[in-house]
Amino acid sequence: MEEVTGETITFEDAMKRLESIVETLGEGNLPLEESLKMFEEGMELCKFCNTKLDEAGYKVEKLMEKEGGEISVEEFQAKTEE
Amino acid sequence: MNKHGKGITLTDFLHLKKELGDDNDKAEDKKKSGTENKSKSKRGVETIKEETPHIYAVYEVTKYIRQKLDRDEVLRDVYVKGEISNLRQPTSGHLYFTLKDERSELRCVMFREKNRKLKSIPVDGTSVIARGRISVYERQGKYQLYVDDIQEEGIGALYRAFEQLKKKLKEEGLFDAAYKKSIPVFPRRIGVITSSTGAAIRDILNITRRRFPHVHILLAPVAVQGEEAAPQIVNAIRLMNRVNAEQMKIDVLVVGRGGGSIEELWAFNEEAVARAIFSSEIPVISAVGHETDFTIADFVADRRAATPSEAAELAVPDKREIENNLSSLKLRMQQNAFKAIEYHRKQLESIERNILFRTPMEKINQYRQTVDEIKRSITAEITHLIALHRKSLQALTGKLDALSPLAILDRGYSICSRLPEGEIVRSVRDIAIGDALRILFSDGEAVSEVKEKKGKGGQENKLLTQINTD
Repeated sequence: MEEVTGETITFEDAMKRLESIVETLGEGNLPLEESLKMFEEGMELCKFCNTKLDEAGYKVEKLMEKEGGEISVEEFQAKTEE
Repeated sequence: MNKHGKGITLTDFLHLKKELGDDNDKAEDKKKSGTENKSKSKRGVETIKEETPHIYAVYEVTKYIRQKLDRDEVLRDVYVKGEISNLRQPTSGHLYFTLKDERSELRCVMFREKNRKLKSIPVDGTSVIARGRISVYERQGKYQLYVDDIQEEGIGALYRAFEQLKKKLKEEGLFDAAYKKSIPVFPRRIGVITSSTGAAIRDILNITRRRFPHVHILLAPVAVQGEEAAPQIVNAIRLMNRVNAEQMKIDVLVVGRGGGSIEELWAFNEEAVARAIFSSEIPVISAVGHETDFTIADFVADRRAATPSEAAELAVPDKREIENNLSSLKLRMQQNAFKAIEYHRKQLESIERNILFRTPMEKINQYRQTVDEIKRSITAEITHLIALHRKSLQALTGKLDALSPLAILDRGYSICSRLPEGEIVRSVRDIAIGDALRILFSDGEAVSEVKEKKGKGGQENKLLTQINTD
């Protein structure tokens, strides 16, 4: 999973924005042009969120600190010895 | 004595006795009778000094001792370690026993409403820590421990440490809601601090994978019991925060382990762990043990989960739920957008209706239309008129033609005019014999001379015309 820079909207923000768009559109006192603009934006957000949801990014890694403070990350295979 | 029993100090008590020298009833009477006793009392004291000390009733002394003990700060809340002996529980349900060690014994009572809360009734010979207050059972004149709680020793000590640390950290404000960070709804990366082999990590991985297969789990393996546990947990929290600051954002930490005994969970009651959790920049979900176990970590964490499984559920949203939410948002948005468009369309229609007879532009258009209509009808009218005129003109022209003298000539008439003036001759009387006449024919003219003339009705003149053609 790559680290995103501040330019990309987070999934959380996208959902929040989408909710606010739905609310605003629901109030119905926007000029038509803005309503349509918002609608378009909303559709884009839906697309974005769906894309994000379809991204398979599940990964489990083990975090260790080596002597001298170096951080090491390696793949973790869950052992279920209990 | 009964009336004086409340709030009386020993000094008062002794003084009263001394000055009255006698039994309680008298003392009461005298005290009630007021100031007259003052002079007497000085005398009384002197007298008493010489007499033998006052003899108290047993219950008076017991009562005094009881009051003394009850006011003592230390004895109000004590933890006493000892071995249980002579334990019995009569039908009243109260629990009576003696706590003893090599050097002494302490009578204890634990009333039914208190001992009902015990997970198990201890047996003789058990080493315990009993917590309660020391007071006196007046009837027997014996002081005893009124027990609120019993912990088996070891556990008892831990319990006490737990309570003390909890109180201390609470007073410091480490549990304040104001410091609680919110747990992000859609984490990208979760740091898990637990054993790499326990049930906790297995549960967390299962649940996160099932609910939200988009998350990056970063596990910092630690010991979760034993002496190593607390420092390792502290270190792991620090490491996670370092990674968060230096390498990649970690949205939430899950710190915990599966259920266990209080000793096994102890690392999560350590002050160092509590402070590490408190100072973590990353929000922390504590996930220790099963539902009934509370640890200090639970109090200080931003969110407490009863189990590691619950922590996983708190840490990640359910993908299906999000998908449902997303599609319902989309639907609502479409409906709302449609409504907005409908609304504007209706607005437009109503404006159109209103505007029809109201706005100047519309009036102008109306006029324009009228003008157009007028123009059209005028044009038609004019065209019609022209046609009409053309027709009558033709008729007139025809008439004119008919009236032309030349047309008469065609029919065989001729026109006669007298020369030299050329006036038209309309009557025989207009001419005289010898006049020159010009005769106009349709195709020419001739000049003639009158030879004779004769009027109608007998006047006969010789009409003779000599025709000279031009």
